[in-house]
This record gives sequence, C-alpha cells and structure tokens, in this order.
Amino acid sequence: MNSQTHNPSMALTGEPPKSLSTGQKMATLLGMVGLGILLLAVFNVNFPNQTLWLIVSLSAISIGTLWFSWDAYAQKLPGIKNDGVWFKSISSRGFWAWVVGLALTGFYIVLYFYPEYLGLVSGGENRGVIALFDPLSKLLSGNPASQWFVYGTLYTVAILIFGAKFLWKYRHSRYQRLRTFSVMFFQLAFAFTIPELMARLNGHKILDGGSLPYYDLKNVWPLNYYNFESYRIKGFLSSGDIGLALLIFGILSIFVITPILTYKYGKRWYCSWVCGCGALAETAGDSFRQLSDKSTFAWKVERWVVHSVVVFVTLMTTAVVYSYLGTDTSKYWLTKSTFLIGVAVLLTLVFGWAMLFKRDQLQKDAQYGAIGYFVIIMALIGFHFFSGEGQVFLFKSETLRKSYSFLIGSIFSGVIGTGFYPIFGSRVWCRFGCPMAAILGFQQRLFSRFRITTNGGQCISCGNCSTYCEMGIDVRAYAQKGENIVRASCVGCGICSAVCPRGVLKLENGPLKGRIDSNQVLLGNDVDLMALVNQK
Amino acid sequence: MEHIVIIGNGIAGVTAARHIRKLSNKKITIVSVETDYFFSRTALMYVYMGHMKFEHTQPYENAFWRKNNINLVRAKAETIDTQNKKIHVKGRPTKFYNKNIHIPPVDGEWISYDKLVIATGSKPNKFGWPGQDLEGVQGLYSKQDLDLLEKNAPNNDRCKRAVIVGGGLIGIELAEMLRTRDIPVTVLVRESSFWNGVLPNGDSHMINEHIREHHIDLRLNASLKEIVSDGNGKVKSVILEETGEEIPCNVVGLTAGVTPNIDFLKGSGIELGRGVKVNRFLETNLEDVYAIGDCAEQQEAIGHRKPVEAVWYTGRMMGEVLAQTLCGKRMEYRPGHWFNSAKFLDIEYQTYGWVFPERKKTDSEIHFHWRHPQEKICITVAFEKDSETFLGINTFGIRMRHEVLDRWLTEKRNMDHVMAHLADANFDPEFYKGFESEIISKYNADFGKSITLKKKSLIRIFQ
Repeated sequence: MNSQTHNPSMALTGEPPKSLSTGQKMATLLGMVGLGILLLAVFNVNFPNQTLWLIVSLSAISIGTLWFSWDAYAQKLPGIKNDGVWFKSISSRGFWAWVVGLALTGFYIVLYFYPEYLGLVSGGENRGVIALFDPLSKLLSGNPASQWFVYGTLYTVAILIFGAKFLWKYRHSRYQRLRTFSVMFFQLAFAFTIPELMARLNGHKILDGGSLPYYDLKNVWPLNYYNFESYRIKGFLSSGDIGLALLIFGILSIFVITPILTYKYGKRWYCSWVCGCGALAETAGDSFRQLSDKSTFAWKVERWVVHSVVVFVTLMTTAVVYSYLGTDTSKYWLTKSTFLIGVAVLLTLVFGWAMLFKRDQLQKDAQYGAIGYFVIIMALIGFHFFSGEGQVFLFKSETLRKSYSFLIGSIFSGVIGTGFYPIFGSRVWCRFGCPMAAILGFQQRLFSRFRITTNGGQCISCGNCSTYCEMGIDVRAYAQKGENIVRASCVGCGICSAVCPRGVLKLENGPLKGRIDSNQVLLGNDVDLMALVNQK
Repeated sequence: MEHIVIIGNGIAGVTAARHIRKLSNKKITIVSVETDYFFSRTALMYVYMGHMKFEHTQPYENAFWRKNNINLVRAKAETIDTQNKKIHVKGRPTKFYNKNIHIPPVDGEWISYDKLVIATGSKPNKFGWPGQDLEGVQGLYSKQDLDLLEKNAPNNDRCKRAVIVGGGLIGIELAEMLRTRDIPVTVLVRESSFWNGVLPNGDSHMINEHIREHHIDLRLNASLKEIVSDGNGKVKSVILEETGEEIPCNVVGLTAGVTPNIDFLKGSGIELGRGVKVNRFLETNLEDVYAIGDCAEQQEAIGHRKPVEAVWYTGRMMGEVLAQTLCGKRMEYRPGHWFNSAKFLDIEYQTYGWVFPERKKTDSEIHFHWRHPQEKICITVAFEKDSETFLGINTFGIRMRHEVLDRWLTEKRNMDHVMAHLADANFDPEFYKGFESEIISKYNADFGKSITLKKKSLIRIFQ
C-alpha cells in the first residue's frame, strides 16, 4: 500500500525532525511543574501563600512554553516551520495527542458540570485550585474567583504564550504577526480585563447604582447566545446611560456593525482577528490545524449542522425574549406579538433577498435547506398566533434555553470544540457549531469584497494549502482550477497563502464583479483556447 | 464508444482525461505502474519532510475516478502493438482488492485502444558514472524514489552524509529534505554558480548564499568522477573530478536533470528522438497516437521554449489542448507567455516572460537588477535595448500577479510603464512591506530615468 512512509511514534523524542533538543526538554519539564502545581491544588494540597504559588505556577507554564518556542523557532531562519508535523505523535493523532485530548476533555467536563471538584464553594471560602486564583480575582473585580475566572485566566494565558509561539513561527509574515497581536490584544483587554473592571463598577453611581452583567464587548449574539436573556436586559436597563448604550451596542453589533465589516473585509475581521474562540484555535490550536477533515462528506455535514445551530439559536432567543415581554402596548412599546411579527418580517426580508438575488451562488442543498428552515420558522410563528397564549411555539422557552446552553454552549463549544483539538483539529466548533460564524459566512459567501485570489496558472496541486486549512476547505480544489476561493467557512487566517510554495494564494478585498470565477483552462495556455473553453 | 487509453497518471495524462470527460462520454483508461491514484509529483518532498502524508498529495478523492467513469489500471505498459492498436500491460502480485483500480495478471493482458496518449513523464539522468548503480545511489522523481530515500536516508545515523550531484531544482529540494533530518549534505555543482544556466548572476549568487546559510556544503565548479563502493555493493564515498577529493557518504542523489521515460517504446514504430517526436498538434508519426507532457519532444521548438519541457505547467497545458483535439476540435499546442516558479529553501522564485542568464542572453537584452541590502530578496527585469520593451522578470522573495504580468507581456509594455506600475503586479500577502520605491530609485539611478511609482489601483488590476 502506498500510504504513509513513516509511523508516528509514541516517544516524545526520537530522530530529527521529531526529536526535542535539550532546551526543549527542560522547557517542557518547567511547564509541567507549573501545571503540576495547579493539579496539586485541585487535589486540595493547601498552599500557604496563594499569591506566591499562583505566580510560580503561571510563570513556570509561561516561561516553559516561551522557552520551548524560542528554542524551536527563533534559532532557525524565518520561513515555514512544518518539518515533522506528521511524524510527531502530538500533531498526528498519536499517543500524546490522545493523552492531551482526553485530559482537556476531562477538564471541560469538570469545569462545566462539576466545578465543586475544582474547589468552588458557593457562599463560602473557595478551596482547591479556585482558591489559588482568589487573590488575582479580588485584585481585578474585587470578588472571589469562580471556576469561570480560573478558566478565563488560563484561557488568556494560553492565548498569550502560544501567541508568542505563533509569532516566532511565522515571523516572516507581517499579516500573521499583526493578526496574532490583534487576537492577543482582544483577549487580554476585551475578554479578560474590561469585564472584570466593569464588575468593579457595579453599584457605582455612574451606573445609577445598577449592576451590569458580565459583558465581553466583542462577543456578539449569537455566539453570545445569552445576551438578550431577561436577567441581562434587566442589568443593562438598570445601569443608566452606560447600560442602555451597551444594550444598543449589542443589538447594533449583529445587525449593523458585523454586516458592514464583513462586506468590507470578509468574516476574518472577526473570526481570526477578534474572536476569543478563534484566538485560542489560532494560537494554542495551531499545532493541530492540519487535522481537520477535508472530505466533501465532512463539508456536507458542516453545512447541515452549523445552519441547524443557527436555526436553533434563533428559535431559542426568540422564545426567551418573547417569554419576558408583556402584552400591553401602553406599558412598553415592544410586546410579545410585535416582537414575533418583527422577527418574521426580518427573516422574510433576508430570505427573500437571498433567494431573489443570490440564488445562483448557493449550492443545491443550501437552497433546499434554506427553504426548509424558513418554512419551519414561519410555521412555528404562525402556529403560535393560532394557538393563543401560553408557551411560545411548541416548547417552553426555558427548556429550549437550557438544552441550547447544554448541547451547544457546553458540549459542542467546550468539550468537543476544544477538548478534541488534537484529534479533530482546532476549528471544530467554528466550523460545525458556531452560529455566529455561520451568519458571517452567509454574508461572506453572498455579499463581501473578500476572496482568496488564485494566481493565474501557478498552482502545482501540492496540497499544502488544503492540508493546513483549519476549516477543512479543500483549497487546492479551487487553486488548481485557477478559481478564487470564496467559501462561507473561510476565516481568513492566511495560512494557506503562507504555506504555498509557489505564491499562488492571496487574501484580498476587491470588487464584487468577477469575484467567483472558475476557469477550465488556466492562464498561461493558448489565449484562443482559453477564450473558447472559459466562456460562460 | 471510442476508447482512449492514456499511459501515465501524472499531471499531463490526468488533465487530458479530465477534459475529455468534460467534453464527451468516451471510454477513458489510465494506465500507471507508479501509483494507484494521481498525485502531485512536486509535493513528494513534503512527505519526506513530514509536512504532509502521501495521501495529501493526491488532489482528488479516491471516489472521484469512479464517479467520473475514468478507469484506472495499475500496471506496467510493456509493449505497444500499433498495427492492431493494443498495448500489453503487466500487473503485479497483490492481495488487495480495490474497486477503483484494475490490476491485470502478472503475465500480462492486452488492452485495445482507439486513441493512445503517451504521457509517461521522465526519469533521472545518469551519465555513465562509475558506481552509478550501487545501493544508496538514487534520483528523486517517482514515488518509488521517495520510498527508496526513506530506506536509504531514514536518519543521520544510517546516513552520515549525502552527496547530491547536480545543482538544479530537484537537487536543492533533495538537500532541503535531507537537512530536515539533520543529515549533512554536500551539493556538487558543475557550474561556477548555482543554476546559472538559467538564472542571471545576481539571482544565482543570492541563492548560493542562501544555500550555505542553511548549512549545506555547496561545492561550485565541482563534478563527479566516480562513486566508490564499500565492497558490498553499497556507496562508500564519491571522488571529485577537479580535485580528486574523496567525500565519504552513504547516499548519492543524482539530480542532474531528467530525460523522457520512453524506453518501452523502442521498436513500436513510434518516432523517437530524446522524447516522443510530436508535431504542433501533439500527434506522433503514427495515426491515433499522441504524446504529451515531459516525454513529448516538439519537432520544432516553440519560441524560446526547449523542445522537451519537463515542467508541471506545460504538462497540464498540453493535456488541456489534446483533450480538445481528441474530442473533435483539432487544436495546435500554442502555449502563452512563459512562466514558472520554484522555492529554494525559504526563498520563493517566480518568473514571467524570458530572463536569460549572462551566458545565453543576446546583446540586445538588458537587465535591471535590484537586491535588498539585508534580506534575501531580489528581482531581475529584462528588456530590449533599443525599444525598451519589457521581456521578462525574475523575482525572489516577492510574489507577483500572473495576470498583470501576462497582460504587460501581451501588450508589449515598455520598461518605464512596468516600473511605474510595479505595485499593481505585487502579489505578496496584505500588510507586507513593498519595495517598489527602492526598486524604482535604483532603476532611475541605473538608467538615468525619473520614473515615479503609481499607487496600486484595484481598477487597473481587476480590469
């Protein structure tokens, strides 16, 4: 059989290029010591000075990772650094990949469903690893740590230190450098620091004594699927002008800001420059990007699953908002029925526009899917009006919210999305599960200046672009036809362009006309033949 | 139904098959002894380096061939009976059953054809060096060569040093591959500078420096005298012609070019030269027999092109053209402007139009060369002396836009226009620092001009 020429080995070391240098081994050891301290804390080893041990632990993890990366990349000439990726057990679904995958999955299960094992004590003094993070949490927000604070801190540390690794690895590419600085900044400032500081303001007079919900400003609905729940709306509305401004910002984000930015730059402005999930995938997940499934079957599954999630989140949010609205227009202008009619009108407009003007650009199954989903939602809304008051549609809004939160918010985005990085690649959540990515992708496919341009006839079909596409796009299938890549799922990370040995791919924004163009005969051949065969 | 048999499943044969399928429902059979499925030959190096698995070099899913009704036969074409229009193919013993692949019996079977396409590619050159058939001596062309390299040079314990003979594109790729496993590499280049039969001196010198930067022992003006055996049929060392120096090594890579792979056609009645002789319609001397890709030799060269062009793109283009002919629209092979690309370790190289090296260029071809003061980035632009017509460009470390340069060559733009609009032709990723203004000030200084750079224009680029 002509399959692989090399067996992924179980050993962490081995022959070049999969072997580790002495420096890398020591760096790994140091990082493990840092993780070990956290693990000891989980098992309730009592650390006398929490601040000191937290600093020691996080420093050991950070310095270990930075040292490892510096040793691996900074010593070499700038360029593509993929030597041995498919020989190393960690990056080719070998033994260590399964160890890390299982450990991460276990961590997520404990985090979401058994936080008490991490030492969470509600209404009392925290213990275990959460207690270790109390000093940092109190410094920032003034409150004791929760499991989410521990997770948020580790998440941010991971993005920063693996971001540094990425910066060394791709230091020849200014696009990659700027993009990585951007995700590191948005994670540190917007996801981590600002919400903690906002929490400090709660009860303060500039909020009229109100209490803002935890709000990562760059986290847009529907990724932030809980943004319009009752407790958050109450929080916003109780917090004076700032609260109202934040609520309006949250609504504008999805309906105005994201469409404009996606039109101009493609969905990459969000998915690979701003988003926190993307940030982790691009930094800590970079070693696993080649594991995504490139088959046409996987693509089909992706289209159905991710769009079903969009339908799910739309229904769920509609039901939740509906459940707390009143019926009396004199009390508040937005009532249950106005709201439902509004949703129906909006969906009809979007659906009508896509079907009227952009039908040709959709795959056959996408057309059927869109029609199917549209009919279902409209039927549910109609059903509601005919069935009178009580619960919305056929379901209780609370049941809908809970199942979404459990299935999508926890299992899909956390346990599978991140826990399975070393098995399925780094963007499983973004590709199959994220409703935000799906909505931006819809805009990107149909109405955006963004494309990956294929450079005439220069493609040699080598497959580096497809192999290293974290979204599982078979980039080569387009490039070797001389066709631009315009795919809903493309997050614009730019790695296909970076790994291309012949300079074939360029991410760019340009005119809509001629954005999607497939050629049967490529540039470089007889011009008469090209004109003959490529006419459409 | 007409049966088209294609020998060879490389880019030329497969492109022809795909286009024939698009245009017709003829019966198509592809015969290959090398692999079950089409793969990208240029990507073999990445398999050894661990960037990809072999499966990743296959551009189509395995089900593609069945879906498109293209029959695959894994066998060696032994003889061609052009009188009775059939070929004799021999399979090999196998236990595997694969519904996509037909494997003929070991003692062979006959396949009849209505039209025969020969697309058998190349094989590495061997120049009759003493010891060239020893164990450990190999080329790098086929999947089998890759498997052999994995056996000969799995690590730097089994292969203490490798000597590569020939400084071309494959030689430098082989050196890069071996270096990823920390195997010491010596490259013997017969010329005074790397690939200077193709590259002008400025470009070639920069590549010399980059090769050495990667700790590759580059020997210029050095050719192979003989390969020495260890007495057990294995390589022990090589001896240089010029100095008589003996370099101990375990692997010798022969990468001094390739030659058409056509030995099996001797005596078939098909006219052979270096390759299979074809006219501009890619037809051989025999009716219904055609040749495309590396193995085809043009009876008369096209423009500045060589009669045998062993390049990925030309193989693809011949496949595109021949499919038209076979489907009833007889067409000449008339390739457009020359272009090519390669990667020398970390440096990407692209070329559009013709830039000849010093020893081949005429007096009327003038070169403008710019090189970055620190980084390994340079360009060479060729133009005609009197009219200042743009002839071609080489870029290293800068990506260029094929469409724009192709347009300039067609429109026979002059050098001043090309220089002023250089930013339109840049294809580097966004946010990359452009060097157009530095390039233009050197151009102005060299030729006493006062060109100013025009800002990049999307309207001009996407016209």
